Amino acid sequence: MDAFTVVRGPVAPLLIPDINTDVISPAHGGQGSMRANAFAPLRYLSDGTDNPEFPLNQEAFRDAPILLGGHNFGCGSSRESAVWSLIALGIRCVIAESFADIFYGNCFQNGVLPIVLGPDELAALARESAASDAIEVDLRTCAITTPLGRTIGFEVNPTRRAQLLEGLDDLDVGVRRRTQIEAFQRADRVRRPWVYLESAAVESPPTSST
Amino acid sequence: MSGRTLVDKIWDEHVIAELDGGLDLLHVDRHLVHDVTSPQAFTALTDRSLEVFSPELTFGSPEHSLTILAGRTEKSNTLSQQFVPLMRKNFTSRGLTLFDIDSPEHGIVHVIAPELGLTLPGTTVVCGDSHTCTNGGLGALGFGVGTSEVAHVLATQSLVQRRPATMRIVFTGSLAPHVSPKDLILHTISALGADAGTGCAIEFAGPLIERLGIEERMTICNLAVEIGAKIGIVAPDETAFEYVASRRYAPRGQMLEAAVTHWRRLASDGDAAFDRHALIDVSGIAPQISWGTSPAHTAPVDGRVPDPSHAPDEAAKQQWAQAMDYMGLQPGQPLEGLPIQWCFIGSCTNGRLSDLRAAAAVIDGGRVASHVRALVVPGSAAVRRAAEAEGLDRLFTAAGFEWGEAGCGLCPGLGGVHLAAGERCVSTSNRNFMGRQGAGVRTHLAGPETAAYAAIQGCIADVRRAA
Repeated sequence: MDAFTVVRGPVAPLLIPDINTDVISPAHGGQGSMRANAFAPLRYLSDGTDNPEFPLNQEAFRDAPILLGGHNFGCGSSRESAVWSLIALGIRCVIAESFADIFYGNCFQNGVLPIVLGPDELAALARESAASDAIEVDLRTCAITTPLGRTIGFEVNPTRRAQLLEGLDDLDVGVRRRTQIEAFQRADRVRRPWVYLESAAVESPPTSST
Repeated sequence: MSGRTLVDKIWDEHVIAELDGGLDLLHVDRHLVHDVTSPQAFTALTDRSLEVFSPELTFGSPEHSLTILAGRTEKSNTLSQQFVPLMRKNFTSRGLTLFDIDSPEHGIVHVIAPELGLTLPGTTVVCGDSHTCTNGGLGALGFGVGTSEVAHVLATQSLVQRRPATMRIVFTGSLAPHVSPKDLILHTISALGADAGTGCAIEFAGPLIERLGIEERMTICNLAVEIGAKIGIVAPDETAFEYVASRRYAPRGQMLEAAVTHWRRLASDGDAAFDRHALIDVSGIAPQISWGTSPAHTAPVDGRVPDPSHAPDEAAKQQWAQAMDYMGLQPGQPLEGLPIQWCFIGSCTNGRLSDLRAAAAVIDGGRVASHVRALVVPGSAAVRRAAEAEGLDRLFTAAGFEWGEAGCGLCPGLGGVHLAAGERCVSTSNRNFMGRQGAGVRTHLAGPETAAYAAIQGCIADVRRAA
């Protein structure tokens, strides 16, 4: 995945609560490609033309790499295609009041930075960047620089931050832990033997004594 | 020192290593895999030349992409034509257990895993599907993961996770006649909000929960994610132990006895502290129906669409107005009498035998209204066989319902059935998001009885009037 250090650009405001993953990436894919399908229920009118009220359809925000969201952003399905859809639109950072847990985790596996800010700070950021003025999100310093030059700090888990800066997903790191996991399973087989289905046990019928 | 919660006890047993930044490397006991969220994970393994770490703990079933109409095959729609053979190839080439489309054990993963005894109390169960929380009905720590995490579990049988905060929702009182666990949980979501459980694992508790069967508990846990929690769980008790015994993959004999002894210790200690609490008296709850585009947008079936001017804040006001516009509803409009075109009974929420029995009991000589297409889709091949053995299929088909084959179907807008924009569907599934069941389709979530009754009446209707 792509590393994340600094992203600079306009901020598209989508300050509706509960933006869910079905809206971000509909399962039935009516519009074809992932990019075309992203946000389809909000992005297109019933006749298939662009909804002019949807921020990413507006000239100022068409190529915005940063999205502002309300609370519970990314709720719903676990589908990682929601994050892939954001990437297909060129979005690398989502700043919202809160995120759904699975979506939040999926972001870090794909080089997308989710940032939580309070509602007042979000509203201020939306106001300052309303005219497509660029902001800067710097993961190295954990700071957002607004168009007025204000600096807003943000928090991110240090492990997640380190991996994003290096462009590493969990699997890159996880495969190095296989010996440790094997040791855990050996000990756990003694503690909870019923968990470990052997292929023979899987195949034998319920009361077989053979 | 205060006691520990059910979730903390299960969590602690699964920590392989404590990582930096408050993250844990957590062991996965059961990895459930379905057709649509797994292909890229297998590709990731191939790209990195990685093997499946614990093939014997990995189980799959194609469910999302399948057509759910009777007589279907994997050739029935373009999505299953692509995803089913791909899943078969990914599974057979790695020696993984697949409950294939024609297997007698096939079905929606969250229906078959408990049925087969794969889901056990105290286990961690994950799947690339947010409704993995369903498995919490048996006292398992089940949660949904993304496709990158599916790859991580395949390659390491573990996940990097932050320990969730704990929330306990206690139900008191008794459910009135014709009020189902689905109504109870829909009411709970509307009362608490769609993000009340964000960052949490929710333990459902109280005397009512203790009286419910496992299938009913699974319906409640299924919708934990619609309260924002990845995990919903009920403490395993005698009801759970009895359910598990004799299931195909469950331990037997002395092994089962040892397991039950272990499971008995998992319940939250009396002095365990929870980060969040909610208490819900269920006695006054009516059958529920959703009016909007979030499961939290739910009202009693004899109620009305709310007025956005009564919304708690400006953002909610805007959201409600947008939902009403999408749903073609006016503030203050009664929900009863709203004509429907579709009825869907099934899904991992309400596709089990007890759900189909409840729906069938409502028919009582009635017939599906001529302008409604109603589908009943068992959650698994086993549920289908059991329902047929009781004659439920004949009750349904004689009344004009279609009797389908196991799969997710209309819940995520798939299933080889296409609903048109503007059409209204009463659905026993779990999400009423914009476009969920198809572009412009208007979904009203309900329990099985309310859904079956709506199909017969041809409109949203109060099933209590049928009695």
